[in-house]
Amino acid sequence: MSFLLLAPIGAPLFAAALAAVLGWRRLTATVTVLAALCILISAVTLGFNHGPGARFAIANLFRADALSITMLIVIGTVGTLATWASIGYIEAELTHGHTDAKGANLYGVLVPIFLAAMASAVLANNIGVMWVAIEATTVATAFLVGHRRTRAALEATWKYVVICSVGIALAFLGTVLLYFASLHAGASSGDALNIDVLLAHATRLDPAVTRLAAGLLLLGYGAKAGLVPFHTWLADAHSQAPAPVSALMSGVLLSVAFYALLRVKSVVDLAVGPGFLRTGLIIVGLLTLLIAASLLVVQTDFKRMLAYSSMENMGLVAVAAAAGTRLAIAALLLHVLAHGIAKTLVFLGSGQLQAAHESTRISDVTGVLARSRMIGITFAVGLAILLGLPPFAMFASELSISRALADAGLGWVLGAALLFVVIAFAALVRNGSRMLLGTPAAGSPAITVPGSVSAALVTGVILSLVLGLTVGPLLELFQTAATSLGGTP
Amino acid sequence: MTQATYNGVLNLAAGAFLLAAVLIVWRRELRSIVRLLAWQGVALAAIPLTEGIYQDDAALITVGVVVLLLRAVVLPLLLARAVGTEAHERRESTPLVNTTTSLLITAGLTVLAYAVTRPIIALDPSPATRAVPAAFAVILIAVFVMVSRRRALSQAVGFMMLDNGIAATAFLITAGVPLIVELGASLDVMFAVLVLGLLTGHMRRTFGGTDLDQLRELRG
Repeated sequence: MSFLLLAPIGAPLFAAALAAVLGWRRLTATVTVLAALCILISAVTLGFNHGPGARFAIANLFRADALSITMLIVIGTVGTLATWASIGYIEAELTHGHTDAKGANLYGVLVPIFLAAMASAVLANNIGVMWVAIEATTVATAFLVGHRRTRAALEATWKYVVICSVGIALAFLGTVLLYFASLHAGASSGDALNIDVLLAHATRLDPAVTRLAAGLLLLGYGAKAGLVPFHTWLADAHSQAPAPVSALMSGVLLSVAFYALLRVKSVVDLAVGPGFLRTGLIIVGLLTLLIAASLLVVQTDFKRMLAYSSMENMGLVAVAAAAGTRLAIAALLLHVLAHGIAKTLVFLGSGQLQAAHESTRISDVTGVLARSRMIGITFAVGLAILLGLPPFAMFASELSISRALADAGLGWVLGAALLFVVIAFAALVRNGSRMLLGTPAAGSPAITVPGSVSAALVTGVILSLVLGLTVGPLLELFQTAATSLGGTP
Repeated sequence: MTQATYNGVLNLAAGAFLLAAVLIVWRRELRSIVRLLAWQGVALAAIPLTEGIYQDDAALITVGVVVLLLRAVVLPLLLARAVGTEAHERRESTPLVNTTTSLLITAGLTVLAYAVTRPIIALDPSPATRAVPAAFAVILIAVFVMVSRRRALSQAVGFMMLDNGIAATAFLITAGVPLIVELGASLDVMFAVLVLGLLTGHMRRTFGGTDLDQLRELRG
């Protein structure tokens, strides 16, 4: 079993090494796709070979339970689609002179390192190591955000690195305080930060120190997850990064940061009661929803629109985590997976639109459905998922989150969240229909879609349909994860 | 080392650590700020070294030496290289908050640090833990430096100071986090500072300067 725990980290690292030696070429890009696929296959094998309740660990360093496996499935799925599309995307960038061989090589090395860092974060047994892995994602993605080397890309990179590094530094301070509390609760210094040890000693942690730690962890990992008050980097970075990287950052990285919050929440809830982080998550979640919804209404740039939609979804996820019941957490995990695939579809589409128009203004793009069936339909499907329309999975997850909030006696939170979601819905429908429907403006450029991008898009649509029609065996995995996080039925 | 010397050295280190932060708020010259940062690194490394010698712990002494190399030599050198050659780049432009007000705010933040850290001292009232407010004060001052300075490099200095403060807290309350976490964290910080240094280079070439007020293309 230890092979299956190491493969999700080892395979992308191998791909990165190969890309570093050979440079950007079809072969190395394909190996990266296979490495991402390897993450997915390892996760599925871990999850279903031994039942979702099983736990695996090696050398006290890595462990996988239902929650880690769920996150690995998200990383693997979006990772495979995004790296697959990268092949065509980077080749097109090279032909149009938006990047040079050096830029492509860097891209080829950094993307698999980014995947490996995310896989290590969800497999780490020690919350200190988890922190190191999440900070490593910032370092790995810094130059991916600045890939185009324009003024705007540089500005986005600077804000991204500075704000996320400060945020994540606060999370480290929180981790140190938790370590201090854990030592004083009787844990031995070597394993005081291991998740199981923390859970076992949780009831004896000093409440005052744990509260201080929890506040810092919420702020810190919240920064990486795009939550208020350190959210200002998100729209800049997600709109400037190359499309496949935007898909990875929006679809996976945000939820990996939120995974870290879920992990520490299960410990903090035992130590100081569920009320403390519930209040924090409700405040942060609702404010995030408010800001995202207001900025969606006035948005004139389609990549920024998609970024704020990610913020809106993370706000909703935070509110669901505040409810904390088994139903809420299982729904949250389904939401994260469906959102990941949907964001891949729309960001990949927006990358092709940007390449065709040399612009990301909504008003520059008209009649996409009439001009390119591939981009038009897949973009529409992605938007439909994000809007929570049936038959797609976010319909079920949003419905379940609403029910869970009502059951948990958080009716007013549900009301406020629904209001913001409806505002965001209207804004997305208005902007989306402007871009997709109608007759194309005279002189609109042709939208070209490289083969690998089409393949990734079609696969993404099929996956979304399957996930919408039947959650199947994933449901049991989500429920086991929810129970292990202390979700009461 | 006797108990009294141990207490004395530890308090001296914590005091020097905080003093360096206050001086960084006071000074404008980027080169002297970087030099002060190196001295802060020395004060920081003194904490694990003192504890290591007092407790006869070889691992802790090793960590102290690594910290000394990294924070007093390597990272300040990286920053000094990024300060650049142009004369007008060497000074912080007119800050958003003037020096007198900045120093008053620093005093206020130090008081706040004492209030925030009360639960930590209550849980373990040892001599080392009693020095934690100084480390917390540096963290708060660092955040203040980051929001009130306009040169890209001053923000990088603020980030390193923030990190020094967190490392000092870790050494004071727990004699350092587990080795693997310590190594990973140091490596991450080094890469982050490296990235910031490279970015200032790119920015100077693209924008002709590193005044962050020029970063205003991305809005809404």
